[in-house]
Amino acid sequence: MCTYQTETMSLRASGKTPEGWKSLNSATVYFDHPIHFPAGHALMIDVRNRDASPSTRVALELDVRSARELAESILRTLESVPPDLIEESMAEPRTSSRW
Amino acid sequence: MVTHNLNAETITIQGHDGDGIEAYLALPTDVQNCGSVVVIHHMPGYDEATKEIARKFAANGYAALIPNLYHREAPGAAADDAAAVARESGGVPDERLIGDVAGAMTHLKSLPISNGKVASIGYCSGGRQSLLAGCRLPLDAVIDCYGAFVVIDSPEGSPLRATAVVGEVGGLTGPVLGLFGAEDQYPSPDQNDVLATALTQAGKKFDFHTYDGAGHAFFAVDRPSYRPESATEGWNEIFRFLGASVA
Repeated sequence: MCTYQTETMSLRASGKTPEGWKSLNSATVYFDHPIHFPAGHALMIDVRNRDASPSTRVALELDVRSARELAESILRTLESVPPDLIEESMAEPRTSSRW
Repeated sequence: MVTHNLNAETITIQGHDGDGIEAYLALPTDVQNCGSVVVIHHMPGYDEATKEIARKFAANGYAALIPNLYHREAPGAAADDAAAVARESGGVPDERLIGDVAGAMTHLKSLPISNGKVASIGYCSGGRQSLLAGCRLPLDAVIDCYGAFVVIDSPEGSPLRATAVVGEVGGLTGPVLGLFGAEDQYPSPDQNDVLATALTQAGKKFDFHTYDGAGHAFFAVDRPSYRPESATEGWNEIFRFLGASVA
C-alpha cells in the first residue's frame, strides 16, 4: 500500500551526508515503501537541507519496533540531561556562518 | 522476428507548461511500426527499476517513455533524493502530471516508428496517475497497477494529497486493464469493486485481475513484495491487452 501519510517539520541539526557534514533544516517522517530496507513498508525519516542540493540528505528506514525504540531512547536521553546543558544546546550559535 | 533488440537513452521532452523535463526513452529496433506506452513511475521515483520496465516494453515491440515527474524539484538528482524532495514539497500536482503525460504522448506520436496509438501504465501512485491521465487525455488504453486512492481520497492532514479519480471515468477514451493484489489494502479488493462498478455504469471497457497471495507492488522485482508468479501472469495480461489496443 501507499500510505501517503507524511509529516514534515523544520529543525536545526547537522548531519553527515554524501557531501560531508552539513547543516540540516528540514525533516520528513513517513511510513511507506523503503528504498533499501528489506520489508514492504518501513518508518522512513529524511533529514535534509531544503536550501541545498537534494543529495544533502540523511535517510533512515526502520522497522516499527526499531522506530519506537529509537524515539523512546531519544526522549529518555533528553529527560536525563541536566537543564543547563539543554539550554546550551538550544542557544543560537554566536556566528551565523554555519547556519 | 522478435529479437528483443532495443535502444534506450535519456532525453529531454516538453512537459507541462512547455517545461523541459528529463525522460527515458526505450525503442524497439526490430520493428518498423509500433504502439507506444507512457510509463509513469511509482512514488519512490524515476529509478532504475522503472527504466527496466521501459526496456521490457521495448524488447517486446513497444516504444516506451518515462517522464521524470520529479525533474523540476530535483534536476539531475539521484532518484531516491529526488523522491524525498518531491515528498517534502507535497508530491506531483495532478495538473502538472497531466501536462507531463501529454508531453510524453506528443513525443511518442512524433517518432518515425509510431503507429499513432499510445497507452499509459503506472505502478503504485502511478497507477492512480495512469487512470487519471486516461480520464483527461485521449489515451488509447490505460493500465492501472495497484493504484491507491482511486475511489477514496488520501488521508486528511498529510502534505501529500491524492483525490479520488473514480468520478472522472466518463472521460476515458480507451479500455482499462487493472492489475491488483488480493492482499493489498490500498487499493483493497472492495475499492477495486467500486471502480469496476463505476466503469460498468459509465459503459467503459475494462479487464481487472486480482492475484491471490499478492499484495501491493507485486511487480517490483527489487522489493520483498515481488511475487514472481503473479508478476509473470500480470505481464502476460499486459502484453495481451496492449496487443489488442495499441499494437
